[in-house]
Amino acid sequence: MQDILIGILEQGFIYGILALGVYITYRILDFPDLSVDGTFPMGAAVAAVMITVGLNPWLALIVAFLAGALAGLVTGLIHVKGHVRDLLSGIITMTALYSINIHIAMGKANLPIFNGETIFNSGVAVMLPEPLQPYRTLIITGVLILLCKVAMDWYLNTKSGFLLYAAGDNQQVVTALAKDQGKVKILGLILANGLVSLSGAVLCQQQRFFDVSMGPGSIVLGLAAVIIGTNLFKHVGFVKGTTAAVIGAVIYKACYAAAISRGMPAMDMKLITAILFLVVLLLSNGKKKGGESRA
Amino acid sequence: MLKLEHICKTYNKGTVNETTLFSDFNLQVKKGEFISVIGSNGSGKTSILNLICGSIPLDSGDIKVRGESIVKLKEYQRSKIIGRVFQDPAKGTCPSMNILQNMAMADNKGKAFNLTSGVNKKRISYYKEQLSRLHLGLEDKLYVKVGALSGGQRQAMALLMSTMTPLDFLILDEHTAALDPKTSEIIMELTNEIVQEKQLTTLMVTHNLRHAVEYGNRLIMMHQGKAILDLDMQKKKETKIEDILGVFNEISIECGN
Repeated sequence: MQDILIGILEQGFIYGILALGVYITYRILDFPDLSVDGTFPMGAAVAAVMITVGLNPWLALIVAFLAGALAGLVTGLIHVKGHVRDLLSGIITMTALYSINIHIAMGKANLPIFNGETIFNSGVAVMLPEPLQPYRTLIITGVLILLCKVAMDWYLNTKSGFLLYAAGDNQQVVTALAKDQGKVKILGLILANGLVSLSGAVLCQQQRFFDVSMGPGSIVLGLAAVIIGTNLFKHVGFVKGTTAAVIGAVIYKACYAAAISRGMPAMDMKLITAILFLVVLLLSNGKKKGGESRA
Repeated sequence: MLKLEHICKTYNKGTVNETTLFSDFNLQVKKGEFISVIGSNGSGKTSILNLICGSIPLDSGDIKVRGESIVKLKEYQRSKIIGRVFQDPAKGTCPSMNILQNMAMADNKGKAFNLTSGVNKKRISYYKEQLSRLHLGLEDKLYVKVGALSGGQRQAMALLMSTMTPLDFLILDEHTAALDPKTSEIIMELTNEIVQEKQLTTLMVTHNLRHAVEYGNRLIMMHQGKAILDLDMQKKKETKIEDILGVFNEISIECGN
């Protein structure tokens, strides 16, 4: 039982980083960004390759973040400079990344990490005191999600963060402040996809493989986490949106684990993902009682 | 200060709905002028504002500020020197951010939106002082989300925010039209106070003839893309609402209304 709980927390924390990214695009920018389905496995591919060739696993996280950020930049440029609709811009990037990810993974749709050092079995992880060793994956994912959350909370409270809020809230205000709202949107997409890719890189190191099929469903999972979290804490003022998104991810993973433990076969994974998301949407819409739905 | 030269604008070009609004429209605005612009619907009042602000493109002609053309500048670039308040109170503020955050953003206009703290704590007392001028009690609601405020309160904030930093022009686009009569008076009085205090060059489009006559030092009446009436300070003083209403009725009859 304890193992299952730890597993849920680990997974929840890893996908929590993804949820933070989706929080930026979906909640703050009001941008339905489907690039996530491509940038999540992109992070995993980058990490798998870098570790396979023997590079530092922490460096792999940074490079994965940058790769995702670059993909976000592409989506942003397609949307803002190319005047392509937000949904379509993401779909274009997502589709292109499917092939690019396989290229990154040296032409393989599945790339296992055999003997390479990951953040979970080298460096800081092995320096943890003996009694904590069994929990090192949980500790490292916990520290990572905490760092991401704190960094994001800090950023959202800066002038640049304010502008990001404003771009999703009322574009006219950004224009009135003599700022190009297109650039602000691009910045948001860069940050969001950087986080999503980072999340993929952490997951890859934890499960010790990259698989191209990690992609589809990532956005659904991220959205579900954000919607669960924000609905759950809607009336609790002191819980920040970022915290809510992370908790949403943990809850989602718990529901998912429950479904799996009922004996659902692995091939039904995406089916479970979709059905769970639908349930979340129906529940949150039902609460609003005919009000405007943002989902 | 502001010059509109030979402005041409046609809507729905190349379709059956093609309508030419402006053909060779000219306007000169001097520094410190507070111009009220009135006219029936479709007369081109709001189009002038949109052209100046860059919200819609110009077909031909030139718009100059201090002798320099601003036609090539994008809307957000022109915002550096222009403050604008819209008819819709929702357009000037961010609803999911609180009053303090909105004020802090407006205060930072023209500077970099970098990684320093969004709200400068040292400025809070200044924001409070500014908000207290509105007499709406907003200075005690700094942490209330702007979306929870009434239309009048939001419009008052929008006015305050758009005039917080130095600017060359204030553009008021029927900014009291969506408010109840009492709030509308308060906002108009406040507008006048701010314009006088900061000596702002102002263009105000309004449907309220009394506001047009009472406030400002120049009055323009638009009709079918032309300024059919242009009263300076002196003439404006001698003119009463009835006179203007008379001209209004005349042009309406011409149109067959």
